[in-house]
Amino acid sequence: MFALARNALRAPARRAFANAPAAAAASLHTLPDLPYAYNALEPYISEEIMKLHHSKHHQTYVNGLNAAEESYAKATSVKEVIALQAAIKFNGGGHINHSLFWKNLAPNAEGGGQIPEGAFKNALERDFGSVENFKKELNTQTAAVQGSGWGWLGYSPKSKKLEIVTTANQDPLITHIPIIGIDIWEHAFYLQYKNVKPDYLNAIWNVINFKEAAKRFEDAAK
Amino acid sequence: MSDYTLPTLPYAYNALEPYISEEIMTIHHTKHHQAYINALKTAEASYAQAAAPKERIALQAAIKFNGGGHINHSLFWKNLAPANSDAAKLKAGPLQDAINRDFGSLDNLKAELNASSAAVQGSGWGWLVYNKKTGKTEILTLPNQDPVLPPYVPLIGIDVWEHAYYLQYKNVRPDYLKAIWNVINFEEAEKRLVEASKVC
Repeated sequence: MFALARNALRAPARRAFANAPAAAAASLHTLPDLPYAYNALEPYISEEIMKLHHSKHHQTYVNGLNAAEESYAKATSVKEVIALQAAIKFNGGGHINHSLFWKNLAPNAEGGGQIPEGAFKNALERDFGSVENFKKELNTQTAAVQGSGWGWLGYSPKSKKLEIVTTANQDPLITHIPIIGIDIWEHAFYLQYKNVKPDYLNAIWNVINFKEAAKRFEDAAK
Repeated sequence: MSDYTLPTLPYAYNALEPYISEEIMTIHHTKHHQAYINALKTAEASYAQAAAPKERIALQAAIKFNGGGHINHSLFWKNLAPANSDAAKLKAGPLQDAINRDFGSLDNLKAELNASSAAVQGSGWGWLVYNKKTGKTEILTLPNQDPVLPPYVPLIGIDVWEHAYYLQYKNVRPDYLKAIWNVINFEEAEKRLVEASKVC
């Protein structure tokens, strides 16, 4: 059910704390390649933003996650483990979220922004009334995030519906299966759109990878 | 209470160059801070109309976020001053005494406040505060626009929302944190400390 979140990262070896022998080097997380060139989402998301966002911000989460997991492997008490939770959540969530993000974007010239006919489009229309309504609702809720965070289209395994969810900071989406994520941290848009979040949110629809979204939906709805 | 206005910046938009750019100051003050004020007014207008606890509770987040944003930024503009101005120098007095007593030195304070501010996960603020219970100065970080509340009194605030530095420093928050010490208004911070230390 949460395969998407798990598969978004290479899972490191399980380790136990307290009484564990010195752990073998865990498999390190690495920055996934961008599926397109840094300038491929122009003019909707600038090359400058994509470069910094991928090679600096996401890389930093990967580095932070590796460091936190290394400390975790050495932890010998519950207290130490708990003290590391924030770093794992923040950096692990950052790695998960950005890994999903790069894949749910696509150049406009390669299908970005276009919704294929099929089960996913039907579900959007069923659960939001129309595709336009869906976009409007996701934009409204994402713009309303107070601070840093993400706006998501998620599939609820409970209700079997597509729903809009927001998460704070780098909290990963775990109540729903992530279908489309939109980064609303200021670093995701500020260099290009400054304080005008709605302009970014309108523009990004031109590069949303609906083919990937449809794939995630089909996997989730099985 | 609902008559909030954007406080005038105590200096020109380019006065904190090269440490904080004119572009950032202009957008930060005229757009971001203004937006908090507009939304605070709206939230309080709704609150005045709210008839039931449930409605009031539903408005709490908007009041906290926008009210906090207004409070924090109002404090921020005043605890900045042009570099090389008299106010940007830490002079002998109660503030210097407190810093030396509680942190060992000004350099130590800078290192600690910068480390804490750099480590804020997401948006937020780093503060040097006065603790009225203990009579000591301390470092406090708060998320998003949460305001400093009793027993703490804000002395120096550093905005680490990305909009505070990104146009100039990009992802390199530590560079912004190093630079901002050139434009911290120690005179204002001392005024706040003296006021807070008064035994009523």
